[in-house]
Amino acid sequence: MSGILKIAFKLLVNDKGKFAALLVGITFAVFLMVMMTSMFAGILSRASSTVTNIGAKMWVLDPAVNNVSSSIPMPDYVQDAVRSIDGVKYAVPLYSGGAQVKLKNGVYQAVTVIGLDDASLFGRPDLIQGKIEDIYAENGFIVVQDAEIRKLGNPKVGSEFEINDHHGVVVGIARANISGLFGIPTLYTTYSRAISYLPSTRFTASYILVKPKSQNDIPHIKQEVNKLGYQALTDDEFIQKISNFYKYQTGLGINVMLMTLISFIVGLSISGQTFYTFILENLEKFGALKAIGAKGRELVSMILFQAGFTAFLGYGLGVGLASFIIMSAKLKMPDYAAQITDLNLGIAFVMVLIIAGISSLIGIRKVIRIEPFDIFRG
Amino acid sequence: MGNLAIQATDLAKWFGEGDARTMAVKSVSFEAKFGEMLYIVGPSGSGKTTLLSMISGILKPNSGTVLVEDRDIWKMSSDELADFRLNKIGFVFQDYHLFPRLTTVENVALPLILKKRDWKESIKVAHEYLEIVGLAQRAELPPVKLSGGEQQRVAIARAIASRPDILIFDEPTASLDGDTGRKILEFVREHVLNDRRCIIIVTHDSRIFEYAHRIINMEDGRITGDEHEK
Repeated sequence: MSGILKIAFKLLVNDKGKFAALLVGITFAVFLMVMMTSMFAGILSRASSTVTNIGAKMWVLDPAVNNVSSSIPMPDYVQDAVRSIDGVKYAVPLYSGGAQVKLKNGVYQAVTVIGLDDASLFGRPDLIQGKIEDIYAENGFIVVQDAEIRKLGNPKVGSEFEINDHHGVVVGIARANISGLFGIPTLYTTYSRAISYLPSTRFTASYILVKPKSQNDIPHIKQEVNKLGYQALTDDEFIQKISNFYKYQTGLGINVMLMTLISFIVGLSISGQTFYTFILENLEKFGALKAIGAKGRELVSMILFQAGFTAFLGYGLGVGLASFIIMSAKLKMPDYAAQITDLNLGIAFVMVLIIAGISSLIGIRKVIRIEPFDIFRG
Repeated sequence: MGNLAIQATDLAKWFGEGDARTMAVKSVSFEAKFGEMLYIVGPSGSGKTTLLSMISGILKPNSGTVLVEDRDIWKMSSDELADFRLNKIGFVFQDYHLFPRLTTVENVALPLILKKRDWKESIKVAHEYLEIVGLAQRAELPPVKLSGGEQQRVAIARAIASRPDILIFDEPTASLDGDTGRKILEFVREHVLNDRRCIIIVTHDSRIFEYAHRIINMEDGRITGDEHEK
């Protein structure tokens, strides 16, 4: 560290009150921004959990579908037509719908039922207990071991329940990759059982899962599916579509954006004002340094260093605090939907840079304007 | 007395324009020599601080020249002027302007650090200058823990640490009692002044006039008297 920056560092940290206020302001702002965006990222990730968990490369759906849970069933000919498109390796139907499970104690519990193609079981989950072929057994269901499983009374292999007046038996326990958004348990069964046990409309296939022969076939498949009046999306595109729905059509995204903005303004206000006071208090000293022979750019580098150092330290503390809170919350509440992503960290980092930039700009303007002659004049 | 340290010719400075124009310094010329302790005295508003600022490269005159080592300082670029102040001039401000968040020795080391000298070396040299001003034991204290006279001596140590040719004192006794003020000036004349250094002091404290080699009187922006030590 050069001598002038060491002086800047000492001036900053030795003013313990102001340094603490600056750190608190930035830490608090980063904490709020990271928490807000992490919660939203968690919600978005869970909203697309079915897409992620099933793992199909392409999804055919009704263009009006904007999230997995509100599927619009498609007629059987769509599946046949998709299978006949050049570049499609295979295409299978997927059922996704809601049902009520009546537990042994008489309590009803809403569940999501995923019906996998009988022939291929494409999209099957990894099992922790039981064997996947038991899904073909009479009344066989696989239950996902996520945070919601306790709502089904923590069933074991062999546990029984009623689903729409049909008998159901747990034949396997599956590992949860990502839990769902709405806090309800997930059951897997075969496609044929799903459509026979659950009341359905004339059309039954919620989605058609497609495996393209190669990446290059995707545009052609999309084009052909469009001609049928349906939409073919890659898994990433479907996740993005769901994400856009929650961001722009539910008010959720705007609320989170507003809260993030408010956190930014709070951080900017606290640190901007504190830094400004810090500069004002040292203004004469900066003027004296100028008189002694410090160049304008050296004083600017001192201020930028002070603002940058505080910003980076506050950023680290804010991210650390948010991580700690999220980890603690997840330990206590497995349902807690928040995840820190690179994007969240990037957004908070850019915001912090802006806070540091604006705060230092105010100081720099003051310091550049101070004339050494003012020091003589008092 | 030695060679010329400063040669100021026809210096003028005004503030404001039109009817609001105020002449602070009116066509002032003087010379200051190495080995000389020169006082600029006069009542408030007589232009002495403005004159001091112009000859030390802080305030640009509206007309006239300031030659230091045969070079017109007001023809220098802003960076050259900053380097000139750093290398040639030592300032002792009226309010000292010591950094309260730095230790006394770090305050003294400031000009050396600005000269990009190594931190440890700067602190070592600053300790030597604190010893010269008799404050070696106070090196690690913040300046606010020192008395007014001690702070003045720290400011002097800071000003001489970079071994400037010209030392500028602005009202050095304004915040000190008479006895301390006299001790400071005695110290400056005995230990700080030498044949290769010129000291210019702006003051209106007549109690310290006895330490001057030469006194320039100013009134209404003009030099009204120039007395040499008898």
